[in-house]
Amino acid sequence: MTLERRNFLKLLGAGAGVATAGLAGCATQQRGPASASTRKVVVIGGGYGGTIAAKYIRMMDPSIEVTLIERNDHFVSCPFSNLYLGGLMKDLSPLTIKYDKLAANHGIKVVQAEVTGIDAAGHSVTTSKGVFKYDRLVVSPGIEFRTDEIKGYDMASTPEIMPHAWKAGPQTILLRKQLEALKPGDNVVISIPLAPFRCPPGPYERASMIAMYLKQHKPGSKVIILDANPDIVSKKGLFMKGWQKHYDGLIDYRPAKKVTEVDTRNMAVLIEGVEEVRGAVINLIPPQKAGHIAHVAGLVGDDKKWCPVNPMTFESTLHKDIHVIGDSSIAGAMPKSGYSANSEGKVCASSIVALMNGKEITEMSGINTCYSYLSAKEAVSVTGVYRVNKEKNVIEAVPGSVGVSPDLSEVEAIYAESWLKNILTEMST
Amino acid sequence: MTMKWRGWALTTGVLAISAMAQAAPPTAAMLSNGCAGCHGTNGGSAGPSMPSLAGQSKEAIVDAMTKFKSGARPASVMGRLAKGYSDAEIAAMGEFFSKQKFHATNQSLDPAKVARGASLQEANCSRCHIDDGKEGKDDTPVMASQWLTYLQMQMADYLTGHRKMPEKMKEKVDPMSKEDLDALLHFYASVK
Repeated sequence: MTLERRNFLKLLGAGAGVATAGLAGCATQQRGPASASTRKVVVIGGGYGGTIAAKYIRMMDPSIEVTLIERNDHFVSCPFSNLYLGGLMKDLSPLTIKYDKLAANHGIKVVQAEVTGIDAAGHSVTTSKGVFKYDRLVVSPGIEFRTDEIKGYDMASTPEIMPHAWKAGPQTILLRKQLEALKPGDNVVISIPLAPFRCPPGPYERASMIAMYLKQHKPGSKVIILDANPDIVSKKGLFMKGWQKHYDGLIDYRPAKKVTEVDTRNMAVLIEGVEEVRGAVINLIPPQKAGHIAHVAGLVGDDKKWCPVNPMTFESTLHKDIHVIGDSSIAGAMPKSGYSANSEGKVCASSIVALMNGKEITEMSGINTCYSYLSAKEAVSVTGVYRVNKEKNVIEAVPGSVGVSPDLSEVEAIYAESWLKNILTEMST
Repeated sequence: MTMKWRGWALTTGVLAISAMAQAAPPTAAMLSNGCAGCHGTNGGSAGPSMPSLAGQSKEAIVDAMTKFKSGARPASVMGRLAKGYSDAEIAAMGEFFSKQKFHATNQSLDPAKVARGASLQEANCSRCHIDDGKEGKDDTPVMASQWLTYLQMQMADYLTGHRKMPEKMKEKVDPMSKEDLDALLHFYASVK
């Protein structure tokens, strides 16, 4: 009895909802093939976080049934999509994965459906293909745009004229086509929203890749960066160095320029409603928030943007038995990157398996490794190892583990290619 | 009993936070899984410039991580990431990967170079790189089935002096031609 009670406390400590802790305790007592086979986890979102959470739960405990629900039959990686925009990839196939091998190798049920609702009390997910019951749910929906903060922005028509290309796929292809059609001498505008947004160095890598393309193919054209932030958000020194080395005069960086209004008819954006900037191509990256379903399900916190979670388990602090990982979650010092989502998927899987088996959870240890290309052959990286500061109850970087490359590096570009190969293989097999 | 505990837990909101400190320290799997984004699931790499850690000798991993951490071995991201782990954690990660199933790679390799490499290995390297590089002896790493690109990048670091060669290795490598060395690397990459 004493042991049972201690176990129970550990479960509570893990931030598990009390009711489920009871359930899990129950399952522990009558563990056997019959009861084990009924335990269900549903994962929403087949991206960098969701695929990994689904896979690692099955790897750690094959008796848990895992259903992965994703609206598309494939996934296109945002990381490296800037290389396609710069012309270093002829199509998006190196960035595209399917789910068949992942499903077959690990016995994951993959359902292509649109999630329309989550009933947290009833432990079920409503989709275009029916209702799915769960014992625990993982929500990894990526980002949605706060387009209501930009006057004149129509969610349907504006991105067709001023693509965001911040969700890879048709938007990326559209932006590339616009770049190819650009008249030499005309300018490209990139509008960067206030942080936090998906992939902090991403917009600056994009500027580099587009400048590389303009330098080769569109003489007289340049990139105008309108950054809502007071300064370059990530890898600043390295981007500045790379721009000076390769794209001197081709990148016009303007800090503290927040786009508040669009005029698609005149291909113009307005800064704080007054200063107008025009471009022949406008890559308008709107401010961001957690994926749509996180808002529908009431997983978003007081900031109305992102989902607060227990930093050890990634369980929502608002709804028990629901874990939120990836860009949508508030993960302390971990950046909103693909690698973070991968790492969070594993931390979350480990916690879920421990909780569902009535075992003590293990402290989280996360990693981020993220490369950005400055030219066809040079890349730079940022890294970090992350742990929970238990006094503050927040994820912090381990001192010394966070840092950027000392310089632009051809070797790092070679490593970056293998980063992509390995992380996409991990997600798809 | 369940109801009683439930009520108590709900009225003491601090419980969740104070008890969280009781979470067990990170397991070897928790520490090591983070590496898999770059090194592949369980350390089986699919990327040609990234070494497989699956089945690598524990000592070789600990030696590499310790040197990355101190700066003794040239590195890009690893020099920073290694600083995120204690020596005990590095040992646990080494142990974790050493226990994973050996990861055989399928690489397109020049058969003539592989054959030449096989005889060179037998004559020069087999005392330390045991069993065609499938066995790690002390801190001598498992070489078998590593990606050719990775092996070539490491050899380049040795030859330029960026990475320090062990004395015994230097004695053998110094007299060899670049062609011989490349044949050797082809051989190790081919071993399954």
